[in-house]
Amino acid sequence: MLFFARRGDFEIINMTNVLPENIRQQIDEWIVKYPPEQRQSAVLSALTIVQNNNNGWLTEELMDAVAEYLNMPRIAVYEVATFYTMYDLKPVGRHKIGLCTNVSCMLMGCEKIAKHLKKRLGVEFGETTADGKFTLKEVECLGACASAPVVHMGDHYYENLTPEKIDEILDGLK
Amino acid sequence: MIEIEIDGKTFQAEPGSMIIEVADKVGIPIPRFCYHKKLSIAANCRMCLVEVEKAPKPMPACATPVTPGMKILTCSQKAREAQKSVMEFLLINHPLDCPICDQGGECELQDVSLGYGKGISRFTEGKRSVKDDDLGPLIATEMTRCIQCTRCVRFEQEVAGFRELGATGRGENMEITTFIKHSISHEMSGNIIDLCPVGALTSKPYRFSARAWELDQVEAVAPHDCIGSNIYVHKRVQEVMRVVPRENETLNETWLSDRDRYAYTAVNSPARLHKPMIKVNNVWQETDWATALEFVADGLQKVLTQYGPKQIGAFAAPSATTEEHYLLQKLMRTLGINSVDHRLHQTDVSDQKYAPLYPSLGIKIEELELQDTILLIGSNIQREQPIAGHRIRKATLRGAQVLSINAVDYPVNFNLAEKIITAPDHFNLNLAGIAKALSAQSKADLPTQILDLLKEIQPSAIEQKFAAQLSSGEKKLILLGAVAQNHPEAATLRALAQLIGTLSSAKVGCLTEGANSAGAWLAGAVPHRGPAGAALPESGLAMNTGLGASLRAYFLLGIEPEFDAANPAAAVASLNKAEFVVACSPFKTDGLLQYTHAILPIAAFTETSGTYVNAEGRWQSFNAAVAAPGEARPGWKVLRVLGNQLNLADFDYVTSEQVRDELRVLVDAAVFPLPNPHPKGDGIGKRAEGKGIMRITEWPIYSIDNMVRQSQPLQDSATNEPTAVYMNEKLAKDLQLQDGAMVKVIQGSAQAELPLMVDARIAAGCVWIPAGRPETATLGAAFGSVEIIM
Repeated sequence: MLFFARRGDFEIINMTNVLPENIRQQIDEWIVKYPPEQRQSAVLSALTIVQNNNNGWLTEELMDAVAEYLNMPRIAVYEVATFYTMYDLKPVGRHKIGLCTNVSCMLMGCEKIAKHLKKRLGVEFGETTADGKFTLKEVECLGACASAPVVHMGDHYYENLTPEKIDEILDGLK
Repeated sequence: MIEIEIDGKTFQAEPGSMIIEVADKVGIPIPRFCYHKKLSIAANCRMCLVEVEKAPKPMPACATPVTPGMKILTCSQKAREAQKSVMEFLLINHPLDCPICDQGGECELQDVSLGYGKGISRFTEGKRSVKDDDLGPLIATEMTRCIQCTRCVRFEQEVAGFRELGATGRGENMEITTFIKHSISHEMSGNIIDLCPVGALTSKPYRFSARAWELDQVEAVAPHDCIGSNIYVHKRVQEVMRVVPRENETLNETWLSDRDRYAYTAVNSPARLHKPMIKVNNVWQETDWATALEFVADGLQKVLTQYGPKQIGAFAAPSATTEEHYLLQKLMRTLGINSVDHRLHQTDVSDQKYAPLYPSLGIKIEELELQDTILLIGSNIQREQPIAGHRIRKATLRGAQVLSINAVDYPVNFNLAEKIITAPDHFNLNLAGIAKALSAQSKADLPTQILDLLKEIQPSAIEQKFAAQLSSGEKKLILLGAVAQNHPEAATLRALAQLIGTLSSAKVGCLTEGANSAGAWLAGAVPHRGPAGAALPESGLAMNTGLGASLRAYFLLGIEPEFDAANPAAAVASLNKAEFVVACSPFKTDGLLQYTHAILPIAAFTETSGTYVNAEGRWQSFNAAVAAPGEARPGWKVLRVLGNQLNLADFDYVTSEQVRDELRVLVDAAVFPLPNPHPKGDGIGKRAEGKGIMRITEWPIYSIDNMVRQSQPLQDSATNEPTAVYMNEKLAKDLQLQDGAMVKVIQGSAQAELPLMVDARIAAGCVWIPAGRPETATLGAAFGSVEIIM
């Protein structure tokens, strides 16, 4: 945004290509929920919408486009996208398995689940299987402590997990 | 006011103020990292925990407002325990590499941990480490040391108005970073070095060159803009190591622009001249002062006797000290030479006899932020006077409306209520339109000849909007920036600004270039007036005319016409033809070696005593921090001895204070009539005879004077625009030119070959070309039509 010097650093975004009309419409539905001067409150929803439209992960260009659309500094969008575990900044598998390793889940044996998942998928936390089917992630508290250990996958929580239950769930996925 | 008690003592406090503010005011120490009086309250470091009576837990002093009768204990057992625990947490991930850290010895973390930390760490796990960012040539990073106080982030958000740093990640993985690799490009970026309480952000040019305890500090004044920011020069024995801000709430607050902070790096540039040089039989030779001064005096005398005083011009930089300006004009005027000037980039000075005693801001610098409506004319204020830009931003955050008429849509860090982006030759018509719209409703009594000039003008919708904005609000200010002053019709613009000011009861201010334009006017470094506005028997030539007039001799003080002149091609041609050219300069440059016959080495700003008068008319004197290198001497001393060499009377000053006081007496006694409010209105409402593509020229932030041009870190900074021909997409298309292609810029016989940059911010039909660069030094006039070909 600064005089000239910016030019080399920041590529100008072609909004129509990066944020197509239908995506912008979806973001607009969230924007109207907030006072006009707090347009940036829609950043979480906007990033989710954009990510879902891009095979589950965010590119720099997409984050920059969201920043421009919500009129906020680019770095502020990067802050949000790196803070929350539901955003991914690298390509991910078709299914993102988010295993909670916070206190309640730890007490209820999430380590066993983690070990099982890593062994079955042959990946560590933050990695994607070679066939591009699964990405295994370690996430912070999912707020479902009553039914720990918990895994977050797609739009669902899978609760009171055991290694057997995990196998059952994964076997049922394409 | 309410009464509170801190550590058993009773104090009066402003209701709503925070405990830490009250404690700071009365001098009770409370440790802190994230709190800074100029930034918003984050309360994230927790170091300032204190005990508050009846509160169950210790409270952060920075975020707890005082209430009547509040009893605060800053060093009770409970407070101390809390502070020590926080300290222990903060040190968990800090590397404790003080011996190899540049901040060591002036580190807030080091100081506070000495008071509150333990000798031994109980943390046996591995410490985290963080990858460094490359923030460019000005700021060095060592992000492992960061304690995440977020002062730097808040500074960029709140003060700089442009956030490039942020806190990414979460928990233990949180990092202060730009995330996407790029150099920081704000013109006040260096302030985050001062703000950083640890050694995470340090000054790259200063890094590893000295320890804080080896340094002495000398008070000084920044030499690059008309604000007169207060600085400390930090020196080790006779070497300037760095420059830091000296707090002055009425000028620069606690801040400093990067230009003022880093320009000192030029002081030790390899181009520094250590000995006088003279050209004998076309061969340059180093010599001693006696020989050099005799050579210069003889040379000037010869031209004087042969051709008379009208064939000599003496031109000084607007950043020369008041004493230098005064002695230069005194020396020249005693010899009968009137062509003395400092208005480096100005071309239209036809209204100079109506000018006030000195060009002034009209208000105090601290009052900038109190204005309700501000009209900027031809001003890139954020780059020209970063501190003034910051004050304007503060005004807008308070709700002020800022209007601008510019030839480039400068991206500024404040909101513009309305803007007109147009070719410079349209400024006049736009201003006339605003004046006309205002005159319809104004009750101001205007001379009919002025109103007649506006007769044909039909205000456009946007001009009406400007007028409406200017009619509302109480405190109103019109500011003329560099492009307005350097404009080929500057006199008309000044007249129109005055007219709009009268019609809307707004004050009119001038943001002059250089540090000491006001001082130069007062000292008489203008061709039509002596010191304190005294009348001269005859006017001399102004800088631009004089430099283009092929005079027989020139005396240059601190300027390099190929970079500084408004028409470098004409100036260099004149200088090459001249019989005798003398330059007083701290640097030996190719240009000076080409066209001068003698170069006298003078001191840089850290090496001379002197006085700067800022835009509000404030006189600020300073002393030399160190001696000039080699045989270089302060400019005022060189002029004084040259005066002796020429056997002039009253040239017996021993100190620069004597020079200043002699002028001060004259200025204090000066009775100066108020300027004619509407001088020279002839050009009003007429479009200049401009055809084809119009050139817009600025001397960019790091090309403005010889010091910044010699400062490598500033030259390498991302804030420094690449040298090119900038134009918008439409013009490039019309000319069938590609972005990035090399094009030829032609101005009569002058030309230059430059890359083309397509930039949407340039006004239609115009090209923006920076001056003060070697690549553009062969070009002609700063404004006017140019030809662009492949």
